[in-house]
Amino acid sequence: MSAADLQVPAGAPDEVVTKAVVRTVDLQAFGFKGSLALITLDNGEDHNRPNTFGPASLASLDAAITEAIAQKPSAIAVTGKPFIFAAGADLSALSFLTSREQALQIGKLGHDVFRRLGESDIPTFAFINGLALGGGLEVGLHCTYRTLASTALTGLPEVFLGLVPGWGGATLLPQLIGPERAVQVIMLNALNNNTMLKAKDALTLGVVDDVYEPADFLEKSVIFVADILSGTKKIERKNYTDAAGWDVALATGKAAYMKKYGGAEIEAPRRALELIAESRTATRTSGFNAEDQALADLTMNDPLRASLYAFNLIQKKRKKVEGAPKPALARKITKVGVVGAGLMASQLALLLVRNLKCPVVMTDLDQERVNKGVAWVHDEIAKLVEKGRLNKESAQRLSLLVTGSVDQSVFSNADFIIEAIFEELALKQELFKNLEKIVGPECILATNTSSLSVEAMTQGLAHPERVIGVHFFNPVAVMPLLEIARTPTTDDATTATAVNIGKELKKTMVITKDAPGFVVNRLLIRFMGEITDAIDEGTPPEIADNAMRSVGLPMTPFELLGLVGPGVALHVSEILNKNLGARYRISPTMKRFVENGVRTFYIKGDDGKQVPNPQAVVLIEKGNSPSTSEQVRLRALRALAEEARMMLDEKVVATPSEIDICMLLGAGWPMVLGGILPYLDREGISEEVSASRFHPRGVASLP
Amino acid sequence: MTRSVVLVDAVRTPFGKAGSLFAETRADDLMVRALRGLLERNSKVSPVDIDDVAIAAATQTGDQGMNIGRSVSLLAGLPVSVPGYSVDRWCAGALTAVTTISGSIAMGAYDIAIAGGVEHMGHHPIGDGMDPNPRYIAEKIVDTDALSMGATAERLHDRFPHLTRERSDAYAFNSQMKTAKAYADGKIQRDLIPVAARSVELGWGIATVDEPPRPSTTLEALAGLKTPFRPAGRVTAGNAAGLNDGATAALLASEERAHELGLTVKARLVTFAFAGVEPEVMGYGPVPSTIKALAKAGLTIEDIGLFEVNEAFAIQVLSFLDYFGIADDDARVNPFGGAIAVGHPLASSGVRLMLNLARSFEEHPEVRYGITTMCIGLGMGGTVIWENPHFKGGK
Repeated sequence: MSAADLQVPAGAPDEVVTKAVVRTVDLQAFGFKGSLALITLDNGEDHNRPNTFGPASLASLDAAITEAIAQKPSAIAVTGKPFIFAAGADLSALSFLTSREQALQIGKLGHDVFRRLGESDIPTFAFINGLALGGGLEVGLHCTYRTLASTALTGLPEVFLGLVPGWGGATLLPQLIGPERAVQVIMLNALNNNTMLKAKDALTLGVVDDVYEPADFLEKSVIFVADILSGTKKIERKNYTDAAGWDVALATGKAAYMKKYGGAEIEAPRRALELIAESRTATRTSGFNAEDQALADLTMNDPLRASLYAFNLIQKKRKKVEGAPKPALARKITKVGVVGAGLMASQLALLLVRNLKCPVVMTDLDQERVNKGVAWVHDEIAKLVEKGRLNKESAQRLSLLVTGSVDQSVFSNADFIIEAIFEELALKQELFKNLEKIVGPECILATNTSSLSVEAMTQGLAHPERVIGVHFFNPVAVMPLLEIARTPTTDDATTATAVNIGKELKKTMVITKDAPGFVVNRLLIRFMGEITDAIDEGTPPEIADNAMRSVGLPMTPFELLGLVGPGVALHVSEILNKNLGARYRISPTMKRFVENGVRTFYIKGDDGKQVPNPQAVVLIEKGNSPSTSEQVRLRALRALAEEARMMLDEKVVATPSEIDICMLLGAGWPMVLGGILPYLDREGISEEVSASRFHPRGVASLP
Repeated sequence: MTRSVVLVDAVRTPFGKAGSLFAETRADDLMVRALRGLLERNSKVSPVDIDDVAIAAATQTGDQGMNIGRSVSLLAGLPVSVPGYSVDRWCAGALTAVTTISGSIAMGAYDIAIAGGVEHMGHHPIGDGMDPNPRYIAEKIVDTDALSMGATAERLHDRFPHLTRERSDAYAFNSQMKTAKAYADGKIQRDLIPVAARSVELGWGIATVDEPPRPSTTLEALAGLKTPFRPAGRVTAGNAAGLNDGATAALLASEERAHELGLTVKARLVTFAFAGVEPEVMGYGPVPSTIKALAKAGLTIEDIGLFEVNEAFAIQVLSFLDYFGIADDDARVNPFGGAIAVGHPLASSGVRLMLNLARSFEEHPEVRYGITTMCIGLGMGGTVIWENPHFKGGK
């Protein structure tokens, strides 16, 4: 089969073709009598649209390799367009593949083209001048040698996306750099939110043979070619077949994905590890065949479709906030107030000052708390300097911008005030009434409440239109989601300003109705409630808490409880119980945890592994109608489906996608679940609960 | 206080035809390559010790703007502590960068510094953005011919009728042949810094040789070329330099510092001079500037054993040679050919003359003095006299 036979699948967008063109470089000027056939990959767009490989792009590269070989050069090299080598396979068509045969062909085609670079008698070189991801880096791995620009990032993100490095990467990389390092790149980095390699790391790991500055990267790379050809430079390759470390590396990889997915067997990382294991003795043909099979299997599975849906959703929502008013309505922010100087408030102050770079003033009840909050922010800024993430001047600038006071009159000329005080409606109402006396009529009053009614906080205010919910997730510097809750009276200028601030803070935002718990907490608390209910009914906690293992969530409900704290969980449950109804039950077990000061269900045992906290175990309610693990799992999933359906019916958010993005970015739920709704559709739960799917077939699943 | 100034080294990029080899390469990137190439060849010089970077360009906007001397220093990765400035004297930009830097070294302000030039005539066509004051014409300050370099060359032919088109064509042919021979002998390539040049259509290539030379040209072919500047004129595309892109860079130091650091000494500055002539015959400028420089140096034309004369136009070289009584094909003049063959990216050319002269000095230890000279638009000439450090006595 040839590239020309492979069509873009029906419904898929037209391929942006990366053309491969060949030019001859005379090596004489570089000290070698001979020539280099230099292939350039260029899709004709700027760096915002990186080179990718779809069928036509592969056909173009295939033709270029044929042309290069026909020139009988001393060497062949492949390079990219400015700032970009290649960002891998053209994923846009992948979601439209309808048969395993098609999927198999895509894998084979990539191999058939790329392996020509590894199996030619002529030495081949990849001049990785810029970003090289996935299939882009794999082109390089097929080559005999690789040079890398010092500013270029590289990586194999396939496992992150629910794929495997299936165009040679899973086979060639372990053979090139050994099992431990390959597991680092293919598994650990990919699973760690797609961490890319910096050039010096790529060199240390042995992924590339040399690194040059971008100013004369190609010229230096050509010198490298001449030196290799003339023998003045030699690169030693190690054979890792009999190396120690395979078992340890594979175990490390397995542990990494078990941790990431809370102990679930997720196919993509499992298959990637299998391929790495096979690479130890694999020939190119056997390794590539195994990659083809893995790719085809994964492509024709729902988890990959859900992953691609989630990946695209994250990209899209990062740029566009659904339902946001015109950005031009946003008001300028020249001073920010933070009410409260506790840990949450201090985190907010730090995030705000780092991104808005305007005065941030914190208040609290007494001077000691204020001092502590301001000092915490200053310390964190100092730590950023130590880590090299901030220079000294910027740190001084930021530190001077953060001040504190016990007197709220310091807010008089603020444009935006966010409160992060105790979750008690009466307190917040009183606070906003007091603030109204101090601030101007356009100053925005924002609340970081996670579950209270924002509208209720506007009662008695002269300007309720400037009140808005801006719900951050802990830790606020890391969690990418921001829920923006509009009350019926919140005006467009206030919303636009809040969205603008969120953009400055580099958050992905979802605008929700002012409904209890907004999206993330409403679903999380409901879901955790089902588990605690099952326990209260008499299900052994180890059965109930582990019932969701197979789903792939990063944490069990009780592990999550350990982070949130029983006090907060109970408090939010009580608020939701009051506002949403009895399905949010108040767990007697949880009440006892709080009363007895039990902070976590799990503690670290003597061997370092987590074990149930004996103090917690004795407090558990002993019901007499235990459930099986499967019953608990189904019950929790049904609760999620039921709650999600209610949220859509109540128009808390406009679309199912917004629920998914909230769970992906606010709860850290995995892309293979598509957030959550594609998983509920896949498992048949949605139809069982509400007689319809959340997403039509093909959107986040196989067609 | 006067100190001896030496040329430590000089390099250049290959020259391209405007709109061709470097059509999609930025001017500042060309200059950066020349700078990095120069520093790489002279690794005994610690970049932090460079006192200044003077870079010339005739059109200082766009990719030749932003104070290109400072801009390319940053882009080339020089330490931020190394300053830079820009120079303009049209075609003699790099030559002026060298004399200005040399003056600073001679008076003791600098010890080691870089001078160079760049012109991307594809991106900045000659005369682009010019806004001549209407008084030039209204008050007859210059003739309209003064602003068209081709017309000034025709005016030189008018002034010296015995310097015929045939002599110009023969001179041009000779330049092409000398360049072809120099290339065959590997005498040009050794000072060229390879440049990666991209074409969206063709992909990346690496320029390692000059694009303009036409080694296969013939006298007949030259004789058949049109005279674009006037009907029945004498100046053609064949007996003039083309429109070109390229960059050059030279490392200069006090002789004392060069010895301390163990640097090469390729030429020793004797003196220099600039002089003006009527703008309509700007090509005659090297005559008065050379007379002036020789007088300052206390030398006569007979003392000069090697000449690097920029070949903006064959007639302009011929008028120089004619004045000093030197034969059209004198072997001392432009032994590796000149701008008619390799090209003349305006403000960069001065350093190209110097690197050629330095190479000729190595081959001719019997020669003590050489000159680099060029004509300059709006009626000037510039001449630098150099002493051969390899001079072993003799004639």
